[in-house]
Formats: sequence, structure tokens, C-alpha cells
Amino acid sequence: MTKKENFLKGIFSENPIFVALLGLCPTLAVTTSLENAIGMTIAVIFVLVLSNLIISLIMHNKMLADLVKPVRIPVYIVVIATLVTVVEMIMHAYLIELYNSLGIFIPLIVVNCIILGRAEAFASENKPIDSVIDGIGMSLGFGLAIMLISIFREFLGAGVLTIWKSLQIDLRFIFDFLMIEPIDMFIKPAGAFISLGFILAIIIAITNRSKARMAEKEKEVKSNG
Amino acid sequence: MDNLIALAFSAFILQNIILTQFLGICPFIGVSTKRSSALGMGLAVIFVMLISSTVTWALYTYVLEAFDIVYMRTIAFILVIAALVQMVETFLKKVSPSLYKGLGIYLPLITTNCAILGVAVLNITNGHNFVEMLVYTGFIGLGFLFVMYIFSMIREKLDFAPVPKAFKGTPIALIVAAILAIIFSRFGGLIEWIL
Repeated sequence: MTKKENFLKGIFSENPIFVALLGLCPTLAVTTSLENAIGMTIAVIFVLVLSNLIISLIMHNKMLADLVKPVRIPVYIVVIATLVTVVEMIMHAYLIELYNSLGIFIPLIVVNCIILGRAEAFASENKPIDSVIDGIGMSLGFGLAIMLISIFREFLGAGVLTIWKSLQIDLRFIFDFLMIEPIDMFIKPAGAFISLGFILAIIIAITNRSKARMAEKEKEVKSNG
Repeated sequence: MDNLIALAFSAFILQNIILTQFLGICPFIGVSTKRSSALGMGLAVIFVMLISSTVTWALYTYVLEAFDIVYMRTIAFILVIAALVQMVETFLKKVSPSLYKGLGIYLPLITTNCAILGVAVLNITNGHNFVEMLVYTGFIGLGFLFVMYIFSMIREKLDFAPVPKAFKGTPIALIVAAILAIIFSRFGGLIEWIL
């Protein structure tokens, strides 16, 4: 696998949310506004990249690896929990509004299956550089997916897209043009389930179609040859 | 007393852990395909949640707060929960093999279930005292079991429903969950009517 493939697989073919269906709790909870999704993405990038790097370094040091192997899951959890605590403290100190709106989902990054999953499945068996690339790809895949869902929800539910604090894109003129109100159900919990359900169905439909097209092409090549 | 009833009701229905707080979505989607497994998972969650919340609450009040090291909360909680789940599993295996047979396969899954850590942290951030903590945790657990069971019954029927091909499986399950969430959010007026 080249470095580019390693990076892109997290975003497309092995996307943690749309393909593997991991980490659905933060996906549904923090996508009420684009701002929250961006904040969550930055936190996850920080934790996942550093945890992949540290765990890969531990497992590639012969002495440490022998020591750690029998209790590796608790060790991973301690590494991840420490990084999450660092993120929590930084956010509390400098980004208090974001800290309040993400709330309980910052400490819950610890039990996000994506992070422990990458530690166990990738970082423990690959070189530090590859692990960092994998971490960046996976966390970007997660981030782009939650940003997509939050754009969908915030646009339909409030008619605006909040990028950072007062930096907003006002799209309410579209609703004014159609003479309807924004549907505030999409900001509420039910909207989270509906949005994810529809986006998932659209992605499944697209992949099914491209698969069918590829199969057809192969058939043509065979019949011609 | 009224206070406790309100807390119990809101934990059970209004702030339902799955449908409004989005904790424990993984088992909600993953383990709810059969009624028996939904029941087993729900009972295992109630069991572990009560034990772990009690222990983490005590740990926070008597150790972390007493020694002024509350920033260790996340690390301490997750380690305690992971160890506790392991201990419960070993203990059940020895003491009650029949119960272990029923709940056993769900126990390892619970360590990475965000509902357990989530409720432990929520009890702290909401500032519950000991009795409130017990009531809140118990009813949150019951709410989890209740929604899991309803959802699994719907999903058993859903397997035979003619849905578009792209919606088969998880997407249609999520849309059914959305309808359940709407129903649960409409119970808001009921609590004022009761009290």
C-alpha cells in the first residue's frame, strides 16, 4: 500500500462513519451546527494522530512491546484518556463556548470506537510514519462525514451555516424564496436519525450503482475479448 | 419526593439515553436485531451501569475531590469501568453460571459502550447526591432497556418489509429510530400533568 492509498482509504473506502458505522454517538449528537462539527473534528484529529503515533512507537520498541503486550488494551486506553484530558483542558481554557456546547462528548472521545479500533488494528502493527498518515486520513474521514451531516442538518433546520462564532453563511433567502420556514425538527434529536439514515441510503445507492457499472464493464471486456 | 419522581421520569422518557442524548447508539443499532439479544444487552447495561456509577461517584466525591485532582476524572473513570467490567465477568462466571450464560457475551462489549462512561460523567456534571445518582442511573438504564426492546420488536418485522434496496438494513432502522424519537419527545407535557 502506498502512502497516498493509506491516506485516502480513511476518507473513502474505509470511511469510519459511512462504511464501518463506527463512532455513531458523537456523529448524531454534535452535528446540530457546523461549528460544533468542526470543533469535534479538531479534537479527534489531535487525539487520533497522537495516539496512533505513541502506540506505534511503544509497539516498535522491542523492550516496551514485550512488557506491554499482555496488557495492551488498558495501556491503549490510558494513552487515549491522557490525550483526551489534554484536549479537554485546552478547550476549557481557550474555547469555553465550544467546550460548553460539546459538553459530555469531549470526555467520551475516550470510548469512541474509531480511536481504539485504529490503535488495535493499525498502529500496533505498522511503522510510526504510516500510523500518523493513517490517523490523519481516518480522522479527516470522520470529520468530513460529520461536517456533511451537520451542513445538511443546520441548513434544513436553521437556514444558516455557522462556521466559527459570528462567521455565518446566511441561506435563509432560499427558504424565503420558496415561502417556507426552516424545518426546526432537523436540529432536534429526531432530525439527527433521519439525516444520517438518508445520507447513508444515498451513499449506499451510489456505491451500488458504481459497482454495477464496473461489473457491466468487465462483462463487456470479456465478451469483446 | 416529587423531585425524585420528576428526575426518574425525565431520565426514563424525556432525556432518554438513546433517543435524545445519543449515548449507546452502537448497541442500539448493532444488537437490536433480535428480541432476546436486545433484552440481554439491556439487562447487562442496567447491571453494569448501576455498579459503575456507584463506584465512580464514590471515587469522585471521596478521592478526586478530596485530594483536589478532579482533572484526572476521565482517566480514573475509564480505568475503573474497564476493571469493573472484567471483575463482574469473572465474578458472575464463578457465582452464577446461568446468569453468566445469559449476560456473558454482552459484558465485554460494554467496556466500549459510551452509555456507561456517559452516565458516570453525567452524574458528576449534574451534581447529583447519592440517592439522586441511584435513581437517575437506574431509570436511565430502564429507559435504555425499554427503547432497545421496542426497537428490536420493530426490527424483527422490518426484515420482511418491502423497503427500497438502498435503505435496507441500517438506513431504514435509523429512520424508524427518528420516528421513535419524535414520539418520545412529545411526552414532555405528561410530566407537568402528573406532578
